[in-house]
Amino acid sequence: MENKPAKRTGTITRINGNMVMAETDSFIVQNEVAFILHEEERLKSEVIRIRGNQAEMQVYESTQGLKVGDKVEFSEELLSVELGPGLLGQIFDGVQNPLPQIAKECGYFLKRGVYLKALSDDIKWDFSPSAKKGDILLAGQSIGFVPENIFQHRIMVPFSFSGPQEIISIAGQGKYSPKEPVAVLKDKEGRQRECFLTQFWPVKVPISAYAEKLKPAQPMVTKMRLIDSLFPVSLGGTYCIPGPFGAGKTVLQQLVSRHAEVDIVIIAACGERAGEVVETLKTFPEIIDPRTSRPLSERTVIICNTSSMPVAARESSVYTAVTIAEYYRQMGLDVLLLADSTSRWAQAMREMSGRLEEIPGEEAFPAYLESRIASFYERAGRVRLYDGSFASVTIGGAVSPAGGNFEEPVTQATLKVVGAFHGLSRERSDARRYPAIDPLISWSKYSSFIDEKKISRGHEILRRSHDVGQMMKVIGEEGTSLADYTDYLKGDFFDFVYLQQNAFDKVDEATSQERQKYTYDFIYEILEGEFAFADKEEALGFFHRLRQAFRGWNSQAWKTPEFSKTEEEIRSSVKDKISRKEEGVNV
Amino acid sequence: MYKVYTNIVQIAGDVITVEAEGVGYSDIAQVFVRSGLSLAQVIRIDGKRVSLQVFSGSRGISTGDKVRFLGHPMRVASGDNLLGRIFNGSGDALDKGPALTENLVDIGGPSVNPVRRIIPSRMIRTGIPMIDVFNSLVVSQKLPIFSIAGEPYNDLLARIAIQAQVDVIILGGMGLKYDDYLFFRDTLEESGSLSRCIFFVHTAADPIVECLLVPDISLAVAEQFALAGKNVLVLLSDMTNFCDALKEISITMEQVPSNRGYPGDLYSQLACRYEKAVDFDNAGSITTLAVTTMPGDDVTHPVPDNTGYITEGQFYLKNGVIEPFGSLSRLKQQVNGKTRSDHRTIMDTMIQLFASYRETVEKRSMGFQMSSWDKKLLMYGERFEKEMMSLKVNIPLEKALDLGWQILSGCFNPEETGIKKSIIEEYWPKKD
Repeated sequence: MENKPAKRTGTITRINGNMVMAETDSFIVQNEVAFILHEEERLKSEVIRIRGNQAEMQVYESTQGLKVGDKVEFSEELLSVELGPGLLGQIFDGVQNPLPQIAKECGYFLKRGVYLKALSDDIKWDFSPSAKKGDILLAGQSIGFVPENIFQHRIMVPFSFSGPQEIISIAGQGKYSPKEPVAVLKDKEGRQRECFLTQFWPVKVPISAYAEKLKPAQPMVTKMRLIDSLFPVSLGGTYCIPGPFGAGKTVLQQLVSRHAEVDIVIIAACGERAGEVVETLKTFPEIIDPRTSRPLSERTVIICNTSSMPVAARESSVYTAVTIAEYYRQMGLDVLLLADSTSRWAQAMREMSGRLEEIPGEEAFPAYLESRIASFYERAGRVRLYDGSFASVTIGGAVSPAGGNFEEPVTQATLKVVGAFHGLSRERSDARRYPAIDPLISWSKYSSFIDEKKISRGHEILRRSHDVGQMMKVIGEEGTSLADYTDYLKGDFFDFVYLQQNAFDKVDEATSQERQKYTYDFIYEILEGEFAFADKEEALGFFHRLRQAFRGWNSQAWKTPEFSKTEEEIRSSVKDKISRKEEGVNV
Repeated sequence: MYKVYTNIVQIAGDVITVEAEGVGYSDIAQVFVRSGLSLAQVIRIDGKRVSLQVFSGSRGISTGDKVRFLGHPMRVASGDNLLGRIFNGSGDALDKGPALTENLVDIGGPSVNPVRRIIPSRMIRTGIPMIDVFNSLVVSQKLPIFSIAGEPYNDLLARIAIQAQVDVIILGGMGLKYDDYLFFRDTLEESGSLSRCIFFVHTAADPIVECLLVPDISLAVAEQFALAGKNVLVLLSDMTNFCDALKEISITMEQVPSNRGYPGDLYSQLACRYEKAVDFDNAGSITTLAVTTMPGDDVTHPVPDNTGYITEGQFYLKNGVIEPFGSLSRLKQQVNGKTRSDHRTIMDTMIQLFASYRETVEKRSMGFQMSSWDKKLLMYGERFEKEMMSLKVNIPLEKALDLGWQILSGCFNPEETGIKKSIIEEYWPKKD
């Protein structure tokens, strides 16, 4: 963001929290970026409402000390992010300030008015052209690439160039910094423009430089059994995780960010605890991604606007994140965006709406809450790019409903637009059943890699078990028939050994697709088996032992000798029970 | 030196509006009232109209009173001279000591750059099994104590303060009853901890706006100690009073309320205080424990609800004990893997079985027949409540873990506990 000579200026007339009103003689552009000049500082803000010659702006910084009469410079540019090689592994705040560089410059604390360039101009990238002079290209088609970690980072015709572009000249193979042009393009009107390794794009506008948008069909493997088997998410799909505090939303998001089989993960820590981000950003460089044998941080971008950072930047952080996700999608990659938490983003909108004195909707959220949420999730999707390759952006949003009540506006607005719902419940987390996704309330519209029939049978068994459990609370265990009681135990067993996963066990924390199929089939056999127990006590003892054995099995590495040995033991003990029943029938 | 304004045009609630120019947002002003001098803070500027919240309340302010803007935000003295001292919410000395004006720092400073934080890794031992074993307290953690009025939360806070291994303790009292304040002072004095304590006390009798400053002042002072390499424990009691003060001011300012009258930015307001808890790389740390009383024992009330989303867990105080359900220390996993290899097993198993015990109690109360498994659970649950949960129990972590194995082996067979074989072999007490 270069400091252009200011053309249009105004002066502050009103200050209310992070909302500032300025008066100007010139025209005003809705959503343009404006800078407040206060002593030595330049504070970034965005125009969010215009009334006559008054511009109301949300300030991305603390407004402490600002005075009526301070000067404002309007930039005429929408809030944009810089896209190019070097984004991977970075940690940005909500308006794409690189936090590690800020720390170098300012020390322990964030300093307002300090904006650094998102991508360093000093790094030279190894550019190889893939297009030649005279080629006609559309926005989003590549003219060459640079290597970025393990990826071939495509250098594309800027998304803002509309219509076909003719390559007038293109740089040869060599090292270039983001400041040096690598190509000159001519459009239909004959206008010639330079093309760089990086480009800018307004965050609130979706990037749509692809051939077509497709239906999400392929499952995204998260290695969480409960999600992959029962409530799957597809590549290019959307899902939400609402849950009361302490139910494990963030732990779940962290596990998914580590294990999901996608190329790139964008983490948007939006208005949440700084400590959680710290964990991610300190551990990811040390965790090796088994698929690439490279540190996880090399495939991750973190957008971090924690709860104590300025609230307006929180609002923009999810847009910054999704724009970067869309950018990497343009390279033919599968990108997963994890937003934690969209409720904080909605609250940021509510705060601004309150300061603008808009007529409040439900729980004082603005009336446009639903449409904003919908248009955010709609930026997910699986697409076919111009070169025929497929790519996707998958969005998973955590929701923090007030009081853990899913009836509140943010959860409801989110449920309308997502393809899968992973509802966390307080009861499950209190009983230490992790992940605390409640199988009885959750749903998914995507298809799983496990046979559909077996899946629906699994759901049935869980429901049946729950029903018997409820019934037992009323009529007691002694009033329950042995058959019902066995159904109850089966569901409980299924929950314990398959749905629950120990996040602190090296093996159990992630289960591959292959192993999930294998284990599910085995458990399915047991669940469908007819057991004959002499009494309830025997049934209880049997399932307790089985549960125990399975737990041990779950933490044994896939296809090791111990794994097979335990499996044999379990199989024989189960066979025992089922065959004894057949004897019983014969007698 | 400073310009003085005399045209107060509006007084509503504890907010006064004065016509003035060149005033900075959130700056501090002095209001000269007949009864003395009061501080006030700018909370809105609209052209010439400047609204201020008056810390000592607006009672007795006349439209002719003078207002002098100081041109800087609220400041507080910091440094070792504060140790052992007692101040009110505006930073004036309440003890007989001198007023302090050294090392003034702005309160409510900017937030810490997340990349300069480090992953918390040190446990704070308290000698309370329900904390040490089940929900370990960790350096740099921010934890509320959710409680209903009448629970012994201040006793718990004081006990943690005395036993916790930290360098400096800062106690911020908001709407504290005067006898509670005396209780804290005397308890800490008896234990010899007063010399490492600083009090910022707003009692229930003081003006409500002053309450708003207590967390900021406490944390600003704490931050200075932490930057100087000290490990600081900040104790706040009670944050619900702070939130109610926020509510009062926002309603006076005619803001649209969001939930039960609380302002829409309640979450952000609480977050920027709680997020001051930090473990700096190459410097000290701030750990925060804050009592949050829940009106009507309702955890979905906006105050505990928003708090729960910000803090790293909570201790839930009910019926005089720390309730295992509802209590959670999110950071415990950072430390409880390094204590003893059975720590996590004991923690998980005992809680799972205790959950089953609660179900059984429910069944029993409905008059159902108790199976032999139920009877085992009942025996277990009663022992757990008596030997582990009671706040009277004061034993180190290792003793508490051993006690856990004794209770388990006294009630169950190994396979009934669901514990992994390898752990059973190592720790299950051998029957002689």
